Amino acid sequence: MTTFLGMPAAPPPPASSGSHLRGTDSFPHAAARTLTDDQLRRNLAHATTTIRGKRARVVAEVPDWEELRLAGEALKADTMARLPELLEQLEAAVTARGGVVHWARDAEEANRIVVDLAGAALDRHPQAAREVVKVKSMATQETRLNDAFEAAGITAHETDLAELIVQLGHDEGSHILVPAIHRNRREIREIFLREMPDVDELFPEGLTDEPRVLAEAARLRLRRTFLRAKVAISGANFAVAETGTLSVVESEGNGRMCLTLPETLITVMGVEKLVPTWADLEVFLQLLPRSSTGERMNPYTSMWTGVTPGDGPQEFHLVLLDNGRSRVLADPRGRAALHCIRCSACLNVCPVYERTGGHAYGSVYPGPIGAVLSPQLTGVTDDASASLPFASSLCGACFDACPVRIDIPSILVHMRAQAVDAHARDVDHVAERAGMATVAWLFRDPRRLRLAQRLSRLAGLLARLQGHPRHLSWLPGPGRSWTRTRDLPVPRGSFRDWWEKEGRS
Amino acid sequence: MRIALFVTCLADTVAPEVGVATVRLLERLGHEVVFPPEQTCCGQMHVNSGYPAMALPLVRRYVETFERALGEGPDGGAEAVVVPSGSCTGSVRHQHADVAEQAGDTALAARARAVAARTFELSELLVDVLGVTDVGAWYPHRVTYHPTCHSLRMARVGDRPLQLLRAVGGIDLVELPGAEQCCGFGGTFAVKNADTSSAMLADKCSAICSTGAEVVSAGDASCLLHLGGGLSRLSTTRGDGTPRAVHLAEILASTRADRPERVTG
Ligand code: SF4
Repeated sequence: MTTFLGMPAAPPPPASSGSHLRGTDSFPHAAARTLTDDQLRRNLAHATTTIRGKRARVVAEVPDWEELRLAGEALKADTMARLPELLEQLEAAVTARGGVVHWARDAEEANRIVVDLAGAALDRHPQAAREVVKVKSMATQETRLNDAFEAAGITAHETDLAELIVQLGHDEGSHILVPAIHRNRREIREIFLREMPDVDELFPEGLTDEPRVLAEAARLRLRRTFLRAKVAISGANFAVAETGTLSVVESEGNGRMCLTLPETLITVMGVEKLVPTWADLEVFLQLLPRSSTGERMNPYTSMWTGVTPGDGPQEFHLVLLDNGRSRVLADPRGRAALHCIRCSACLNVCPVYERTGGHAYGSVYPGPIGAVLSPQLTGVTDDASASLPFASSLCGACFDACPVRIDIPSILVHMRAQAVDAHARDVDHVAERAGMATVAWLFRDPRRLRLAQRLSRLAGLLARLQGHPRHLSWLPGPGRSWTRTRDLPVPRGSFRDWWEKEGRS
Repeated sequence: MRIALFVTCLADTVAPEVGVATVRLLERLGHEVVFPPEQTCCGQMHVNSGYPAMALPLVRRYVETFERALGEGPDGGAEAVVVPSGSCTGSVRHQHADVAEQAGDTALAARARAVAARTFELSELLVDVLGVTDVGAWYPHRVTYHPTCHSLRMARVGDRPLQLLRAVGGIDLVELPGAEQCCGFGGTFAVKNADTSSAMLADKCSAICSTGAEVVSAGDASCLLHLGGGLSRLSTTRGDGTPRAVHLAEILASTRADRPERVTG
């Protein structure tokens, strides 16, 4: 009998540096910028409040919602526990149905594969424009695929309305589901007028900022693009290991156009998007729409399995993207972040996201899930990534909203410890650690705590100097960030002293 | 019943009235309150700031202190531990065993679980353990209640505080718009992300003011420190009508015999 000594313990690699997962600024700095943008804050508050109400209403309609969440959580945990085996099963099933599976270690590799495949497909149509259409996909935003296409002389057209607005606005998405959530309709009209040269012909009476009119303008433009496109790029919401079926759910139908009209379809999917069996979709197709758009059912649910001669794309490629995911999987305390089905419910209930918006997170995954997923994918070695786990008051609203019960607050706390350890020697963190150690030392002995409590009453002196006997309105050092907007009460004798004075002990 | 009080480090140091009110309230209901003086802090701040190893001795201290209070020895005999804080109760329940386990001390983890099972937030103790919702309080003020995130989502106290408040004599309880949204405190979050925290606080304060309440109450001294700090700053522009922050225990402790200003001071 042989003894299995385990696999070699080289840590799996982090996401590649070309990915859109890491900001350049730390969260507090980036947030300070967006917090001053009143328009952005109004747009966000309006949008998140509306969707929160809608979600709460449709969730309340489902009597077994909590059981569904438990089922979703269990299915995802099971999938992660045997991910390698299920991925191989998926590969075999896709191949058997005429698809081709590619494995990409990181963003660069995925982009290279996709651009090469698309280029080869376009070469077969020398007269056609060098362009592809895209269904909204987080994975290709993560890899910055559009930039790779541009470098290769290929134009990528986003077809999701919100994604199109972001693309035309030369902007970055700020929400998983509604990338243009930070824009209002007046701003969208301005973008269209600027970026759609033929909009005046289409709307001789002039383009208004009515949602219906704006949608019509986008639709006319997109329809022409769909009819000529030879190649489409999609993401995937789910992949069924058992059957090799891929699925995209969406609300506009533009995704279905991309999935059915072009000759070649290339799907890029994070390796975690897997479900074991067809029957498992039942759970997720109930959880997802109610959590994300507050709808009972998804308007468009497209599914395809390999290729079908004479119907739909005749060439199908599936690119399985790792880009740091196996690294997340290797951490038992953090891996539940891979359970995410990208519904965005956690963003919509997050008070921090509501006020700072998506750009402050510096990653394609903003909000609570971004604050745990992005730093896990990239590692917490730089300041921007290390600041993300702290971008939360730990209020826990995200956990309650999450349809697959990802305990985001606990993962945030776990990632904070990682960030603290990774930066233990940095100058700015030394003072914090010393402060924490001092407080811990005081708390280790009630006599020391008591002494500190007595000393803290000296604050009363400072308060009197500031003109109020009972509170401080100005503190030096790091305390300034508190007193900029808040007073601090002056300690007036501890509970311990009272207890003793009463002769109770 | 004999009840051991964990007063929490923050209430002990800057809001002693919370502990005093808890003692008065429970004694008025005919219970005996003991305060084990070896207690200090539940360690939540260290865990949440990314220093779980520093929290380990604090967890051990909590477990040892209240094991003794709940035990049979001369310092024992308590049947439950009461905490006038949803946040610290949540930490005891959800973090203590985990901190011990991360440090490889499974024996301590098991003991922490046993103590946590007998640790109750104040409203839980009253409603579930002592079986009272009408504690005989008198508080003739317009009050709005902020449920605090950790009471709601970590300790899961549900609407017990509201059940208790509704039974208070003379009270005019008004609903707080957006009650379940965080006030932006979050421990070190208030300092590390001061701008975001202040934006959240500003919205919370205007929701509180919109109710016309004289008092905003909550079950956590920490959130009240934040709300009180924001309202106190606001009062410099708004003047005397600005609501004050008062802990749930103080409202429940006050009676007709008290002069309101003394109790709520
Ligand atoms: S973490 Fe949960 S709530 Fe947030 S996007 Fe993912 S599935 Fe939705």
